[in-house]
Amino acid sequence: MGKGGVGKSTVAAALGSLAAARGLRTIVAEVALRRDISRTLGTDPEVARAPETEVELRPGLFWISIDPHRAMEEYLVDQMRVRALAEALSASRAFNYLAAAAPGLQELLTVGKLWELSQRERRIPGTKPYDLVVVDAPATGHGLAYLTTPSSFADIARAGPIARQARTIHEMLADGRQTGVVAVTTPHELPVTEALFLHVELRRRMGLDLDRVVVNALAPARFSPRDLERLRAALAPGEETPSPEPEPSDHWSPVQAGIRAALSQADQARDQRRQVDRLRRGTGRPPAALPFLYSATLGSEELALLADRLEGAL
Amino acid sequence: MSIGARLEGKQVCICAGSGGVGKTTTSAALAMGLAAAGQRVAVVTIDPAKRLANSLGLEELGNEPRRIEPERFEVHGVQMRGELWAMMLDPKRTFDDLVARLAPNETTREEVLANRIYQELSSAVAGSQEFSAVVKLYELHRSGEFDMLVLDTPPSRNALDFLEAPGRLTQFLDGRALRMFLAPTGLASRVVGRGTGVVFALLKRLTGVDLLQDLSVFFRVLGGLLDGFRQRAAAVGSLLRDPATGFVIVTSPEAEPVEEAIYFRAQLGRAGMPFAALVVNRVHPAQLLEVDPQQVDAELTAHVGQPLARRVAANLADFQVLAERDRASIARLSRELDDPEPILVPHLDADVHDAEGLVHIARHLFADRA
Repeated sequence: MGKGGVGKSTVAAALGSLAAARGLRTIVAEVALRRDISRTLGTDPEVARAPETEVELRPGLFWISIDPHRAMEEYLVDQMRVRALAEALSASRAFNYLAAAAPGLQELLTVGKLWELSQRERRIPGTKPYDLVVVDAPATGHGLAYLTTPSSFADIARAGPIARQARTIHEMLADGRQTGVVAVTTPHELPVTEALFLHVELRRRMGLDLDRVVVNALAPARFSPRDLERLRAALAPGEETPSPEPEPSDHWSPVQAGIRAALSQADQARDQRRQVDRLRRGTGRPPAALPFLYSATLGSEELALLADRLEGAL
Repeated sequence: MSIGARLEGKQVCICAGSGGVGKTTTSAALAMGLAAAGQRVAVVTIDPAKRLANSLGLEELGNEPRRIEPERFEVHGVQMRGELWAMMLDPKRTFDDLVARLAPNETTREEVLANRIYQELSSAVAGSQEFSAVVKLYELHRSGEFDMLVLDTPPSRNALDFLEAPGRLTQFLDGRALRMFLAPTGLASRVVGRGTGVVFALLKRLTGVDLLQDLSVFFRVLGGLLDGFRQRAAAVGSLLRDPATGFVIVTSPEAEPVEEAIYFRAQLGRAGMPFAALVVNRVHPAQLLEVDPQQVDAELTAHVGQPLARRVAANLADFQVLAERDRASIARLSRELDDPEPILVPHLDADVHDAEGLVHIARHLFADRA
């Protein structure tokens, strides 16, 4: 879990790859019909278009994008036992209005599907159990809503099968032995603030502690202050230290360009170290760090590298 | 063309884009710049992390706009000819206020506010932030108190959520659903009376009777507010399509936000909502691409020795990869969004969190390079 845009999907994909490589039958799940991971893991786009199917990407590593509507149909069939009854219900307008109206039902169905995936005895006929379900959660606030939906739904419904089931799901989510939460952040002010918020709220609302904190895209420390001093001294007489915000008409000498890139890199690395310290103080533990990759796109090669680094860092 | 010129004649500016691209900073800097130029501007943000509050140096923002002291910017050399106002939206309070305004009487209002389903709906459900954001925007617009409203859209990975959520929510409040519950033979009466019929029996078996009861109360009390809700939703919809509204798409040059921006632009076109400008944040200087790292290595070796020169050259080569990606992204965005002059904001070495940083960003947004 973490702020939008920090690389949750990448970390989820890397964790999934890692678990599969260690021999765990693993499924990486995306919610709210997202497809980020399928892109990262290189799923065949045709296959990836079918929601709610468990796609085997490579031996031991599966992927699913959860569609609440499909989850609902599955759920009804499972509950009603008789397919015709389930179909009568899901086709009725009354039911559809109710389903659209009940607040949090979409979230509940999604979390319910995650629960189903994690069961030793799967409820969907013909499916096999997984050792690990890796969930790529939505951004912090909405992600927390997913986690807390089962308990608030159980409170609203009070009695009846849905309330009972919601309670069962909540118990699994709030059990630190069964559920682990990994906070993902980049080493920047706001994402770190959200990670710290998650740390506090997770404890308050679910009684859970973060299992791991992963800092994604951390700039390596490449230049010392002494290096930078020596570089500045290498500028030709009359040459200025180049600005990070040049006018389009400005021109840089090779040395200026080299110095500019080095200064930017050093500044970023320094600022990011401060954020990592803040994260460490706030959560009381050192985060695992993944390096920033100087590449235009994130492909399977980069992912393999990250999975490798993650293994070392955890 | 600067962003000021792009927003000429607009009264509402909506900053949209995927999460993590600097939307909040862009919105605040944009509002600040317009205020400096003489307009009375309010910037509205939704933000659990209180981002805008931080960047404007406010401890907290209420659910109504508050004026930001011009001195905050004047110490950084900006002359504030207009006024900058800012507010952080509280979705729950916006919802409650709306109910209070639409409720025909005190009793209905209290009943709605006390209903547990309403309470869940107004705070927890995805889409309520987006819905209350546009509701607030609409109300501020109608008040006529500001020359320009700048909306920082809720943080989500998917910019499109913002356009879809109000629709999803009003669909849910749509009359047909309500009638189904309220009609003499509708669900509400069956809950209260002896429900018969297969569907109802199945429902009851599934949900238990309590949930149905809460829902029927919810729909009954909401019934009185429904026309108001629908009118509001329709008015909000036309505000989003109004020629005096402009969408500013904010992105970074990274692959995912770029794709999202392109998709969002297409959806705007489909929905008939006016696109005003594209802002690309965190662009690396194109100058980095003009030199050869090997030459840097050679020239620096004489001054600083080979080991450091090598590292500088290797680091430059890494930055060139990013600068090249940026160039390709900008070209692609410009083509796909049909915007020959996207507004570029350079990659700054440090995060922007204060008034000085906003002044800095505004300088790029309002730079006239033409």
